[in-house]
Amino acid sequence: MSLASALKTGDVTELPSRRDEDWRWTDLRGLVRVLPESAPKFDGQVAAGPFAGLADGEILFVNGRHVSTNGQGEVMALRFVAATDKTSQGASYALVVEPGASLTLLESHEGRAAGYVTDVALDIAVGEGASLTRIVLVDDDAEAVDVVTARVELGAGATFNQTVLTSGARRQRIETHVAHPGAHAQVRLDGIYLLNAQRHADQTTVVTHDGVDGVTSQLTKGMVADQARGVFQGRIIVQPGADQTDARMGHHALILSDKAEIDAKPELLIFADDVACAHGNTIGALDEEAVFYARQRGIPELEARAMLTEAFVGEVVERIEHDGARELAAAWVAKQLGREE
Amino acid sequence: MLSINNLHARVEDKPILKGVTLEVPAGEVHAIMGPNGAGKSTLSYVLSGRGGYEVTEGTASLNGEDLLSLEPNERAAKGVFLSFQYPLEIPGVPALTFIRTAVNAQRRARGEDEIAAPAFLKLAKEKAASLKIDFEMLKRGLNVGFSGGEKKRMEIFQMAMLSPKFLILDETDSGLDIDALKIVSEGVNALRSPDRGMLVITHYQRLLDYIKPDRVHVLAAGRIVASGGPELALQLEAEGYDKYVGAAA
Repeated sequence: MSLASALKTGDVTELPSRRDEDWRWTDLRGLVRVLPESAPKFDGQVAAGPFAGLADGEILFVNGRHVSTNGQGEVMALRFVAATDKTSQGASYALVVEPGASLTLLESHEGRAAGYVTDVALDIAVGEGASLTRIVLVDDDAEAVDVVTARVELGAGATFNQTVLTSGARRQRIETHVAHPGAHAQVRLDGIYLLNAQRHADQTTVVTHDGVDGVTSQLTKGMVADQARGVFQGRIIVQPGADQTDARMGHHALILSDKAEIDAKPELLIFADDVACAHGNTIGALDEEAVFYARQRGIPELEARAMLTEAFVGEVVERIEHDGARELAAAWVAKQLGREE
Repeated sequence: MLSINNLHARVEDKPILKGVTLEVPAGEVHAIMGPNGAGKSTLSYVLSGRGGYEVTEGTASLNGEDLLSLEPNERAAKGVFLSFQYPLEIPGVPALTFIRTAVNAQRRARGEDEIAAPAFLKLAKEKAASLKIDFEMLKRGLNVGFSGGEKKRMEIFQMAMLSPKFLILDETDSGLDIDALKIVSEGVNALRSPDRGMLVITHYQRLLDYIKPDRVHVLAAGRIVASGGPELALQLEAEGYDKYVGAAA
Protein backbone atom coordinates (compact mmCIF):
# COMPACT_ATOMS: atom_id res chain seq x y z
CA MET A 1 0.00 0.00 0.00
CA SER A 2 1.67 3.16 -1.14
CA LEU A 3 1.17 6.07 -3.46
CA ALA A 4 4.18 4.87 -5.47
CA SER A 5 2.62 1.47 -6.14
CA ALA A 6 -0.75 3.02 -6.96
CA LEU A 7 0.94 5.30 -9.49
CA LYS A 8 2.64 2.29 -11.09
CA THR A 9 -0.49 0.19 -11.37
CA GLY A 10 -3.06 2.93 -11.69
CA ASP A 11 -5.08 1.11 -9.04
CA VAL A 12 -6.48 3.50 -6.43
CA THR A 13 -7.13 0.63 -4.01
CA GLU A 14 -3.35 0.54 -3.55
CA LEU A 15 -3.49 3.96 -1.90
CA PRO A 16 -2.95 4.11 1.86
CA SER A 17 -6.21 4.71 3.71
CA ARG A 18 -7.36 5.46 7.21
CA ARG A 19 -7.50 1.76 7.84
CA ASP A 20 -3.70 1.70 7.78
CA GLU A 21 -2.66 2.66 11.30
CA ASP A 22 0.33 4.67 10.08
CA TRP A 23 -1.84 6.58 7.59
CA ARG A 24 -5.04 7.10 9.50
CA TRP A 25 -4.56 10.86 9.71
CA THR A 26 -3.41 11.18 6.11
CA ASP A 27 -6.01 9.31 4.16
CA LEU A 28 -5.20 9.22 0.45
CA ARG A 29 -7.71 6.55 -0.57
CA GLY A 30 -10.62 8.62 0.66
CA LEU A 31 -9.41 11.72 -1.19
CA VAL A 32 -8.14 10.43 -4.53
CA ARG A 33 -10.97 8.72 -6.41
CA VAL A 34 -9.19 8.64 -9.75
CA LEU A 35 -5.48 9.00 -10.34
CA PRO A 36 -4.71 11.75 -12.83
CA GLU A 37 -2.92 10.78 -16.03
CA SER A 38 0.83 10.49 -15.98
CA ALA A 39 2.69 13.78 -16.42
CA PRO A 40 4.23 14.37 -19.85
CA LYS A 41 7.85 15.19 -20.48
CA PHE A 42 8.19 18.91 -19.86
CA ASP A 43 9.79 20.94 -22.65
CA GLY A 44 9.58 24.43 -21.20
CA GLN A 45 12.08 26.38 -19.15
CA VAL A 46 12.09 25.90 -15.39
CA ALA A 47 12.78 29.02 -13.38
CA ALA A 48 15.48 29.04 -10.70
CA GLY A 49 14.72 27.14 -7.49
CA PRO A 50 14.54 28.50 -3.96
CA PHE A 51 18.13 27.54 -3.14
CA ALA A 52 19.66 29.09 -6.27
CA GLY A 53 22.85 30.85 -5.34
CA LEU A 54 23.51 28.71 -2.26
CA ALA A 55 24.47 25.47 -4.01
CA ASP A 56 27.58 24.44 -5.94
CA GLY A 57 25.48 22.34 -8.27
CA GLU A 58 21.96 21.23 -9.07
CA ILE A 59 20.15 17.96 -9.73
CA LEU A 60 16.85 18.69 -11.42
CA PHE A 61 13.76 16.53 -11.82
CA VAL A 62 10.73 17.84 -13.67
CA ASN A 63 7.44 15.94 -13.87
CA GLY A 64 9.11 12.92 -12.29
CA ARG A 65 11.94 12.76 -14.85
CA HIS A 66 15.58 13.48 -14.29
CA VAL A 67 16.36 16.47 -16.49
CA SER A 68 19.87 17.56 -15.65
CA THR A 69 22.75 17.47 -13.20
CA ASN A 70 25.01 20.48 -13.22
CA GLY A 71 28.08 21.22 -11.16
CA GLN A 72 29.39 19.47 -8.10
CA GLY A 73 30.54 20.33 -4.61
CA GLU A 74 29.71 20.00 -0.95
CA VAL A 75 26.45 21.90 -1.28
CA MET A 76 24.01 20.49 -3.83
CA ALA A 77 20.48 21.49 -4.73
CA LEU A 78 18.08 18.63 -5.43
CA ARG A 79 14.89 19.83 -7.08
CA PHE A 80 11.63 18.07 -7.81
CA VAL A 81 9.38 20.27 -9.91
CA ALA A 82 5.76 19.52 -10.77
CA ALA A 83 5.12 21.51 -13.92
CA THR A 84 1.86 20.27 -15.44
CA ASP A 85 -1.63 20.73 -14.01
CA LYS A 86 -3.69 17.73 -12.91
CA THR A 87 -1.12 15.06 -13.69
CA SER A 88 0.65 12.45 -11.63
CA GLN A 89 4.32 11.65 -11.36
CA GLY A 90 6.70 9.48 -9.41
CA ALA A 91 10.43 9.90 -8.99
CA SER A 92 13.14 8.12 -7.09
CA TYR A 93 16.72 9.04 -6.43
CA ALA A 94 19.59 7.32 -4.66
CA LEU A 95 22.38 9.20 -2.97
CA VAL A 96 25.60 7.98 -1.38
CA VAL A 97 27.79 10.14 0.83
CA GLU A 98 31.21 8.47 0.80
CA PRO A 99 32.96 7.69 4.10
CA GLY A 100 34.42 10.83 5.63
CA ALA A 101 32.75 13.10 3.09
CA SER A 102 30.42 15.97 3.87
CA LEU A 103 27.37 17.09 1.94
CA THR A 104 24.68 19.69 2.37
CA LEU A 105 21.63 18.74 0.35
CA LEU A 106 19.21 21.58 -0.34
CA GLU A 107 16.13 19.76 -1.49
CA SER A 108 13.07 21.49 -2.87
CA HIS A 109 9.68 20.20 -3.91
CA GLU A 110 8.27 22.89 -6.13
CA GLY A 111 4.67 22.94 -7.17
CA ARG A 112 4.56 24.99 -10.36
CA ALA A 113 1.22 23.61 -11.44
CA ALA A 114 -2.17 22.92 -9.88
CA GLY A 115 -3.82 19.78 -8.62
CA TYR A 116 -1.01 17.31 -9.29
CA VAL A 117 -0.25 14.03 -7.50
CA THR A 118 3.42 13.37 -6.84
CA ASP A 119 5.52 10.75 -5.10
CA VAL A 120 9.24 11.04 -4.44
CA ALA A 121 11.35 8.28 -2.92
CA LEU A 122 14.93 8.87 -1.78
CA ASP A 123 17.46 6.26 -0.78
CA ILE A 124 20.33 7.80 1.10
CA ALA A 125 23.46 6.12 2.44
CA VAL A 126 25.77 8.13 4.66
CA GLY A 127 29.16 6.40 4.99
CA GLU A 128 31.28 5.91 8.07
CA GLY A 129 32.28 9.22 9.59
CA ALA A 130 30.47 11.10 6.83
CA SER A 131 28.10 14.00 7.33
CA LEU A 132 24.87 14.92 5.58
CA THR A 133 22.70 17.95 6.19
CA ARG A 134 19.37 17.71 4.40
CA ILE A 135 17.18 20.78 4.19
CA VAL A 136 13.81 20.03 2.63
CA LEU A 137 11.62 22.91 1.45
CA VAL A 138 8.19 21.77 0.31
CA ASP A 139 6.19 24.36 -1.57
CA ASP A 140 3.09 22.65 -2.91
CA ASP A 141 -0.02 23.83 -4.65
CA ALA A 142 -3.07 24.02 -2.35
CA GLU A 143 -4.80 21.19 -4.29
CA ALA A 144 -1.76 18.94 -4.63
CA VAL A 145 -1.22 15.48 -3.18
CA ASP A 146 2.43 14.95 -2.36
CA VAL A 147 4.30 12.14 -0.61
CA VAL A 148 8.05 12.31 -0.03
CA THR A 149 9.72 9.31 1.56
CA ALA A 150 13.39 9.15 2.47
CA ARG A 151 15.22 6.10 3.79
CA VAL A 152 18.50 7.06 5.37
CA GLU A 153 21.13 4.48 6.26
CA LEU A 154 23.91 5.78 8.49
CA GLY A 155 27.39 4.33 8.93
CA ALA A 156 29.30 4.33 12.20
CA GLY A 157 30.15 7.80 13.42
CA ALA A 158 28.03 9.42 10.71
CA THR A 159 26.15 12.66 11.20
CA PHE A 160 22.72 13.32 9.73
CA ASN A 161 20.93 16.63 10.18
CA GLN A 162 17.55 17.26 8.67
CA THR A 163 15.11 20.15 8.66
CA VAL A 164 11.81 19.96 6.80
CA LEU A 165 9.98 23.22 6.04
CA THR A 166 6.49 22.88 4.71
CA SER A 167 3.34 24.88 4.09
CA GLY A 168 1.29 21.74 3.36
CA ALA A 169 -0.86 20.73 0.40
CA ARG A 170 -4.35 19.29 -0.06
CA ARG A 171 -2.76 16.21 1.42
CA GLN A 172 0.94 15.86 2.04
CA ARG A 173 3.25 13.49 3.86
CA ILE A 174 6.98 13.91 4.43
CA GLU A 175 8.26 10.65 5.81
CA THR A 176 11.79 9.92 6.97
CA HIS A 177 13.22 6.60 8.09
CA VAL A 178 16.63 6.61 9.71
CA ALA A 179 18.61 3.44 10.41
CA HIS A 180 20.84 4.58 13.22
CA PRO A 181 23.89 2.40 13.85
CA GLY A 182 24.72 4.04 17.14
CA ALA A 183 28.52 4.07 17.51
CA HIS A 184 28.76 7.82 17.97
CA ALA A 185 26.48 8.52 15.05
CA GLN A 186 24.46 11.70 15.50
CA VAL A 187 21.04 12.56 14.17
CA ARG A 188 19.18 15.86 14.26
CA LEU A 189 15.70 15.49 12.82
CA ASP A 190 13.67 18.68 12.73
CA GLY A 191 10.66 20.17 11.06
CA ILE A 192 8.50 23.26 10.76
CA TYR A 193 4.98 23.33 9.39
CA LEU A 194 2.97 26.50 8.89
CA LEU A 195 -0.48 25.70 7.57
CA ASN A 196 -3.50 27.77 6.67
CA ALA A 197 -6.70 27.40 4.62
CA GLN A 198 -7.47 23.68 4.17
CA ARG A 199 -3.88 22.57 3.94
CA HIS A 200 -2.62 19.34 5.42
CA ALA A 201 0.94 18.37 6.31
CA ASP A 202 2.11 15.14 7.87
CA GLN A 203 5.63 14.75 9.18
CA THR A 204 6.32 11.15 9.99
CA THR A 205 9.69 9.89 11.22
CA VAL A 206 10.96 6.49 12.23
CA VAL A 207 14.40 6.27 13.81
CA THR A 208 15.77 2.85 14.64
CA HIS A 209 18.77 2.72 16.97
CA ASP A 210 20.63 -0.52 16.31
CA GLY A 211 23.95 0.06 18.06
CA VAL A 212 25.35 1.52 21.25
CA ASP A 213 25.95 5.18 21.98
CA GLY A 214 23.89 6.87 19.28
CA VAL A 215 22.32 10.30 19.63
CA THR A 216 19.03 11.50 18.15
CA SER A 217 17.69 14.98 18.76
CA GLN A 218 14.35 15.75 17.23
CA LEU A 219 12.41 19.02 17.30
CA THR A 220 9.34 19.78 15.21
CA LYS A 221 7.25 22.89 15.64
CA GLY A 222 4.17 23.93 13.78
CA MET A 223 1.24 26.27 13.49
CA VAL A 224 -2.19 25.58 12.06
CA ALA A 225 -4.78 28.24 11.23
CA ASP A 226 -8.15 28.27 9.49
CA GLN A 227 -9.17 24.65 8.79
CA ALA A 228 -5.66 23.30 8.38
CA ARG A 229 -4.46 20.03 9.80
CA GLY A 230 -1.00 19.18 11.05
CA VAL A 231 0.11 15.62 11.69
CA PHE A 232 3.22 14.58 13.55
CA GLN A 233 4.13 10.93 13.99
CA GLY A 234 7.51 10.33 15.55
CA ARG A 235 8.72 6.88 16.37
CA ILE A 236 12.04 6.08 17.95
CA ILE A 237 12.95 2.42 18.33
CA VAL A 238 15.87 1.41 20.53
CA GLN A 239 16.79 -2.18 19.69
CA PRO A 240 18.10 -4.67 22.23
CA GLY A 241 21.75 -3.93 22.94
CA ALA A 242 21.60 -0.31 21.75
CA ASP A 243 22.78 0.88 25.14
CA GLN A 244 23.77 4.47 25.91
CA THR A 245 21.35 5.68 23.28
CA ASP A 246 20.42 9.30 23.88
CA ALA A 247 17.17 10.10 22.05
CA ARG A 248 15.03 13.16 22.57
CA MET A 249 11.91 14.05 20.66
CA GLY A 250 9.93 17.26 20.88
CA HIS A 251 6.83 18.29 18.99
CA HIS A 252 5.19 21.60 19.86
CA ALA A 253 2.38 23.24 17.96
CA LEU A 254 0.11 26.25 17.98
CA ILE A 255 -3.54 26.05 17.03
CA LEU A 256 -4.79 29.47 15.97
CA SER A 257 -8.33 28.55 15.01
CA ASP A 258 -11.17 26.45 16.40
CA LYS A 259 -11.49 24.57 13.12
CA ALA A 260 -7.82 23.69 12.76
CA GLU A 261 -6.49 20.37 13.96
CA ILE A 262 -3.25 18.79 15.13
CA ASP A 263 -2.78 15.06 15.46
CA ALA A 264 0.39 13.94 17.17
CA LYS A 265 1.71 10.54 18.02
CA PRO A 266 5.12 10.40 19.65
CA GLU A 267 6.26 6.82 20.23
CA LEU A 268 9.32 5.54 22.04
CA LEU A 269 9.82 1.79 21.74
CA ILE A 270 12.72 0.89 23.99
CA PHE A 271 14.14 -2.61 24.16
CA ALA A 272 17.53 -1.73 25.67
CA ASP A 273 18.61 -0.84 29.18
CA ASP A 274 20.74 2.11 30.14
CA VAL A 275 19.32 4.56 27.65
CA ALA A 276 18.24 8.18 27.96
CA CYS A 277 15.03 8.73 26.02
CA ALA A 278 12.47 11.47 26.38
CA HIS A 279 9.67 13.02 24.42
CA GLY A 280 7.64 16.14 24.88
CA ASN A 281 4.50 17.06 23.01
CA THR A 282 2.56 20.27 23.57
CA ILE A 283 -0.29 21.85 21.67
CA GLY A 284 -1.72 25.20 22.62
CA ALA A 285 -2.68 28.70 21.65
CA LEU A 286 -0.60 31.85 21.62
CA ASP A 287 -0.16 33.51 25.00
CA GLU A 288 -2.90 36.17 24.94
CA GLU A 289 -1.07 38.19 27.60
CA ALA A 290 1.93 38.40 25.29
CA VAL A 291 -0.35 39.43 22.40
CA PHE A 292 -1.83 42.23 24.53
CA TYR A 293 1.63 43.31 25.69
CA ALA A 294 2.79 43.65 22.06
CA ARG A 295 -0.40 45.47 21.08
CA GLN A 296 -0.06 47.86 24.01
CA ARG A 297 3.32 48.83 22.55
CA GLY A 298 1.63 49.69 19.26
CA ILE A 299 1.95 46.47 17.26
CA PRO A 300 -1.33 45.62 15.48
CA GLU A 301 -2.94 42.33 16.46
CA LEU A 302 -2.20 40.31 13.30
CA GLU A 303 1.39 41.49 13.28
CA ALA A 304 1.75 40.65 16.97
CA ARG A 305 0.41 37.14 16.42
CA ALA A 306 2.69 36.59 13.42
CA MET A 307 5.69 37.88 15.37
CA LEU A 308 5.00 35.53 18.28
CA THR A 309 4.46 32.58 15.92
CA GLU A 310 7.69 33.38 14.11
CA ALA A 311 9.49 33.44 17.44
CA PHE A 312 7.87 30.13 18.42
CA VAL A 313 9.19 28.24 15.41
CA GLY A 314 12.42 30.23 15.35
CA GLU A 315 14.00 27.74 17.73
CA VAL A 316 13.94 25.14 14.94
CA VAL A 317 15.41 27.57 12.41
CA GLU A 318 18.28 28.34 14.78
CA ARG A 319 19.30 24.67 14.76
CA ILE A 320 20.17 24.73 11.04
CA GLU A 321 23.97 24.61 10.77
CA HIS A 322 24.35 25.93 7.22
CA ASP A 323 24.31 29.75 7.32
CA GLY A 324 22.68 30.29 3.94
CA ALA A 325 20.04 27.63 4.53
CA ARG A 326 19.29 29.02 7.99
CA GLU A 327 18.78 32.53 6.59
CA LEU A 328 16.61 31.13 3.83
CA ALA A 329 14.55 29.17 6.36
CA ALA A 330 14.09 32.31 8.48
CA ALA A 331 12.99 34.24 5.39
CA TRP A 332 10.62 31.42 4.41
CA VAL A 333 9.00 31.48 7.87
CA ALA A 334 8.61 35.27 7.70
CA LYS A 335 7.05 35.02 4.25
CA GLN A 336 4.62 32.29 5.28
CA LEU A 337 3.50 34.48 8.17
CA GLY A 338 3.17 37.58 6.01
CA ARG A 339 6.13 39.27 7.67
CA GLU A 340 8.34 39.95 4.70
CA GLU A 341 10.69 42.88 5.23
CA MET B 1 -4.43 65.79 28.56
CA LEU B 2 -6.04 62.70 30.17
CA SER B 3 -9.68 63.15 31.11
CA ILE B 4 -11.63 60.39 32.82
CA ASN B 5 -15.25 61.07 33.55
CA ASN B 6 -17.58 58.89 35.61
CA LEU B 7 -15.88 55.70 34.38
CA HIS B 8 -17.62 52.45 35.26
CA ALA B 9 -16.17 49.08 34.30
CA ARG B 10 -16.77 45.49 35.19
CA VAL B 11 -15.13 42.12 34.80
CA GLU B 12 -17.72 39.55 33.84
CA ASP B 13 -20.60 40.57 36.13
CA LYS B 14 -18.52 42.15 38.84
CA PRO B 15 -18.38 45.96 38.87
CA ILE B 16 -14.84 47.12 39.66
CA LEU B 17 -14.78 50.79 38.70
CA LYS B 18 -17.83 52.66 39.95
CA GLY B 19 -17.53 56.18 38.67
CA VAL B 20 -13.90 57.32 38.42
CA THR B 21 -13.44 60.96 37.52
CA LEU B 22 -9.94 62.30 37.06
CA GLU B 23 -8.14 64.99 35.11
CA VAL B 24 -4.37 64.85 34.54
CA PRO B 25 -3.15 67.99 32.75
CA ALA B 26 -0.09 67.90 30.51
CA GLY B 27 3.15 68.29 32.44
CA GLU B 28 1.74 66.82 35.65
CA VAL B 29 2.36 63.57 37.48
CA HIS B 30 -0.59 62.18 39.38
CA ALA B 31 -0.39 59.28 41.76
CA ILE B 32 -3.19 56.82 42.37
CA MET B 33 -2.92 55.05 45.68
CA GLY B 34 -5.28 52.60 47.22
CA PRO B 35 -5.71 49.33 49.02
CA ASN B 36 -5.57 45.98 47.26
CA GLY B 37 -8.71 45.33 45.27
CA ALA B 38 -9.59 49.02 44.90
CA GLY B 39 -9.47 48.81 41.10
CA LYS B 40 -6.03 50.34 40.49
CA SER B 41 -4.87 47.75 37.96
CA THR B 42 -8.32 47.63 36.38
CA LEU B 43 -8.10 51.36 35.74
CA SER B 44 -4.76 50.92 33.96
CA TYR B 45 -6.07 48.02 31.87
CA VAL B 46 -9.29 49.79 30.92
CA LEU B 47 -7.30 52.84 29.81
CA SER B 48 -4.95 50.69 27.71
CA GLY B 49 -7.66 48.47 26.21
CA ARG B 50 -6.99 45.00 27.57
CA GLY B 51 -9.67 42.42 26.79
CA GLY B 52 -11.98 41.10 29.50
CA TYR B 53 -13.11 44.48 30.84
CA GLU B 54 -16.42 46.00 29.93
CA VAL B 55 -16.92 49.72 30.22
CA THR B 56 -20.54 50.25 31.20
CA GLU B 57 -20.58 54.01 31.63
CA GLY B 58 -18.39 57.08 31.38
CA THR B 59 -15.61 58.32 29.12
CA ALA B 60 -11.84 58.50 28.89
CA SER B 61 -10.00 60.69 26.42
CA LEU B 62 -6.51 61.90 25.68
CA ASN B 63 -6.26 65.47 24.41
CA GLY B 64 -9.95 65.35 23.58
CA GLU B 65 -9.75 62.09 21.59
CA ASP B 66 -11.85 59.22 22.85
CA LEU B 67 -9.69 56.28 23.92
CA LEU B 68 -12.27 53.67 24.78
CA SER B 69 -13.35 52.96 21.19
CA LEU B 70 -9.76 52.32 20.04
CA GLU B 71 -7.79 49.10 19.78
CA PRO B 72 -4.85 48.81 22.22
CA ASN B 73 -2.33 49.39 19.42
CA GLU B 74 -4.26 52.46 18.24
CA ARG B 75 -4.17 53.87 21.78
CA ALA B 76 -0.42 53.22 21.85
CA ALA B 77 -0.01 55.10 18.57
CA LYS B 78 -1.97 58.02 20.13
CA GLY B 79 0.65 58.03 22.86
CA VAL B 80 -0.69 55.88 25.73
CA PHE B 81 1.98 53.70 27.32
CA LEU B 82 1.25 51.25 30.11
CA SER B 83 4.24 50.03 32.06
CA PHE B 84 3.26 46.55 33.22
CA GLN B 85 3.45 45.44 36.82
CA TYR B 86 4.76 42.12 35.51
CA PRO B 87 6.32 42.66 32.07
CA LEU B 88 5.96 39.64 29.78
CA GLU B 89 8.82 37.45 28.64
CA ILE B 90 8.84 37.03 24.86
CA PRO B 91 11.22 34.19 23.94
CA GLY B 92 12.67 34.31 20.44
CA VAL B 93 12.01 38.00 19.87
CA PRO B 94 15.13 40.04 20.64
CA ALA B 95 14.33 43.18 22.63
CA LEU B 96 15.67 45.40 19.85
CA THR B 97 13.51 43.67 17.24
CA PHE B 98 10.43 43.98 19.42
CA ILE B 99 10.97 47.66 20.11
CA ARG B 100 11.82 48.51 16.51
CA THR B 101 8.66 46.70 15.37
CA ALA B 102 6.66 48.72 17.90
CA VAL B 103 8.30 52.05 16.99
CA ASN B 104 7.65 51.49 13.29
CA ALA B 105 4.09 50.25 13.81
CA GLN B 106 3.31 53.40 15.76
CA ARG B 107 4.94 55.56 13.13
CA ARG B 108 2.97 53.88 10.36
CA ALA B 109 -0.26 54.34 12.32
CA ARG B 110 0.50 58.07 12.58
CA GLY B 111 1.35 58.33 8.89
CA GLU B 112 5.05 58.89 9.57
CA ASP B 113 8.06 57.31 7.88
CA GLU B 114 9.63 54.27 9.53
CA ILE B 115 12.85 54.84 11.42
CA ALA B 116 15.99 53.73 9.57
CA ALA B 117 18.08 51.01 11.20
CA PRO B 118 21.20 53.15 11.87
CA ALA B 119 19.17 55.93 13.49
CA PHE B 120 17.27 53.39 15.57
CA LEU B 121 20.47 51.71 16.79
CA LYS B 122 22.08 55.02 17.67
CA LEU B 123 19.06 56.05 19.72
CA ALA B 124 18.88 52.63 21.38
CA LYS B 125 22.55 52.82 22.39
CA GLU B 126 22.11 56.26 23.93
CA LYS B 127 18.98 55.35 25.88
CA ALA B 128 20.39 52.00 27.03
CA ALA B 129 23.51 53.69 28.36
CA SER B 130 21.47 56.24 30.29
CA LEU B 131 19.51 53.42 31.94
CA LYS B 132 22.65 51.35 32.58
CA ILE B 133 21.33 48.57 30.34
CA ASP B 134 24.02 46.36 28.81
CA PHE B 135 23.47 46.67 25.04
CA GLU B 136 24.09 42.93 24.62
CA MET B 137 20.96 42.28 26.71
CA LEU B 138 18.91 43.96 23.99
CA LYS B 139 19.93 41.28 21.53
CA ARG B 140 18.43 38.53 23.66
CA GLY B 141 14.79 37.45 23.88
CA LEU B 142 12.79 40.30 25.43
CA ASN B 143 12.81 40.00 29.23
CA VAL B 144 13.70 36.30 29.05
CA GLY B 145 15.53 35.36 32.23
CA PHE B 146 15.72 38.99 33.33
CA SER B 147 15.43 39.89 37.02
CA GLY B 148 12.47 41.96 38.20
CA GLY B 149 14.64 45.08 38.20
CA GLU B 150 15.95 44.40 34.70
CA LYS B 151 12.41 43.94 33.39
CA LYS B 152 11.31 47.28 34.84
CA ARG B 153 14.37 48.98 33.39
CA MET B 154 13.41 47.43 30.04
CA GLU B 155 9.94 48.99 30.41
CA ILE B 156 11.50 52.40 30.98
CA PHE B 157 13.82 51.80 28.03
CA GLN B 158 10.80 51.09 25.82
CA MET B 159 9.15 54.28 27.07
CA ALA B 160 12.26 56.24 26.21
CA MET B 161 12.34 54.71 22.72
CA LEU B 162 8.63 55.15 22.02
CA SER B 163 8.39 58.60 23.56
CA PRO B 164 4.71 58.33 24.50
CA LYS B 165 2.55 61.32 25.42
CA PHE B 166 1.01 59.73 28.46
CA LEU B 167 2.53 57.16 30.82
CA ILE B 168 0.67 54.83 33.11
CA LEU B 169 2.98 53.14 35.58
CA ASP B 170 1.28 50.16 37.19
CA GLU B 171 2.99 49.23 40.48
CA THR B 172 6.35 49.97 38.92
CA ASP B 173 8.02 49.65 42.32
CA SER B 174 6.91 46.08 42.95
CA GLY B 175 9.80 43.67 43.06
CA LEU B 176 12.47 46.36 42.97
CA ASP B 177 15.33 46.74 45.43
CA ILE B 178 16.36 50.24 46.37
CA ASP B 179 19.12 50.54 43.72
CA ALA B 180 16.83 49.37 40.93
CA LEU B 181 14.12 51.70 42.21
CA LYS B 182 16.51 54.65 41.94
CA ILE B 183 17.56 53.82 38.39
CA VAL B 184 13.96 53.26 37.27
CA SER B 185 12.79 56.48 38.95
CA GLU B 186 15.59 58.49 37.36
CA GLY B 187 14.51 57.05 34.01
CA VAL B 188 10.91 58.07 34.61
CA ASN B 189 11.90 61.52 35.88
CA ALA B 190 13.99 62.06 32.75
CA LEU B 191 10.77 61.64 30.77
CA ARG B 192 8.92 64.35 32.69
CA SER B 193 8.18 67.22 30.39
CA PRO B 194 5.66 70.03 30.02
CA ASP B 195 3.75 68.20 27.28
CA ARG B 196 3.68 64.74 28.86
CA GLY B 197 1.41 63.46 31.62
CA MET B 198 1.85 60.52 33.96
CA LEU B 199 -0.33 58.39 36.14
CA VAL B 200 1.65 56.53 38.78
CA ILE B 201 -0.27 53.68 40.34
CA THR B 202 1.18 52.39 43.56
CA HIS B 203 0.26 50.74 46.80
CA TYR B 204 3.15 52.22 48.75
CA GLN B 205 4.34 55.73 49.29
CA ARG B 206 7.99 54.71 48.81
CA LEU B 207 7.98 55.16 45.01
CA LEU B 208 6.68 58.73 45.45
CA ASP B 209 9.86 59.68 47.31
CA TYR B 210 11.60 59.22 43.97
CA ILE B 211 8.89 60.18 41.49
CA LYS B 212 7.37 63.26 43.09
CA PRO B 213 3.71 63.62 42.16
CA ASP B 214 1.87 66.92 41.68
CA ARG B 215 -1.36 65.38 42.91
CA VAL B 216 -2.27 62.25 44.88
CA HIS B 217 -5.63 60.49 44.58
CA VAL B 218 -6.99 57.71 46.74
CA LEU B 219 -8.89 54.99 44.90
CA ALA B 220 -11.05 52.82 47.11
CA ALA B 221 -13.84 50.43 46.08
CA GLY B 222 -13.81 51.75 42.52
CA ARG B 223 -14.03 55.47 43.22
CA ILE B 224 -11.64 58.35 43.87
CA VAL B 225 -12.42 59.09 47.51
CA ALA B 226 -9.82 61.71 48.28
CA SER B 227 -7.41 63.96 46.39
CA GLY B 228 -4.64 66.19 47.59
CA GLY B 229 -1.02 67.23 47.25
CA PRO B 230 2.04 65.05 47.91
CA GLU B 231 1.37 65.33 51.64
CA LEU B 232 -1.64 63.01 51.20
CA ALA B 233 0.72 60.14 50.33
CA LEU B 234 2.66 60.70 53.56
CA GLN B 235 -0.55 60.79 55.52
CA LEU B 236 -1.65 57.48 53.97
CA GLU B 237 1.69 55.96 54.82
CA ALA B 238 1.20 56.97 58.45
CA GLU B 239 -2.48 56.19 58.81
CA GLY B 240 -3.18 53.42 56.30
CA TYR B 241 -6.23 53.07 54.09
CA ASP B 242 -8.69 52.07 56.82
CA LYS B 243 -10.76 55.21 56.93
CA TYR B 244 -11.18 55.27 53.12
CA VAL B 245 -12.13 51.63 52.93
CA GLY B 246 -14.78 52.30 55.57
CA ALA B 247 -15.98 55.49 53.87
CA ALA B 248 -16.28 53.86 50.47
CA ALA B 249 -18.20 50.84 51.67
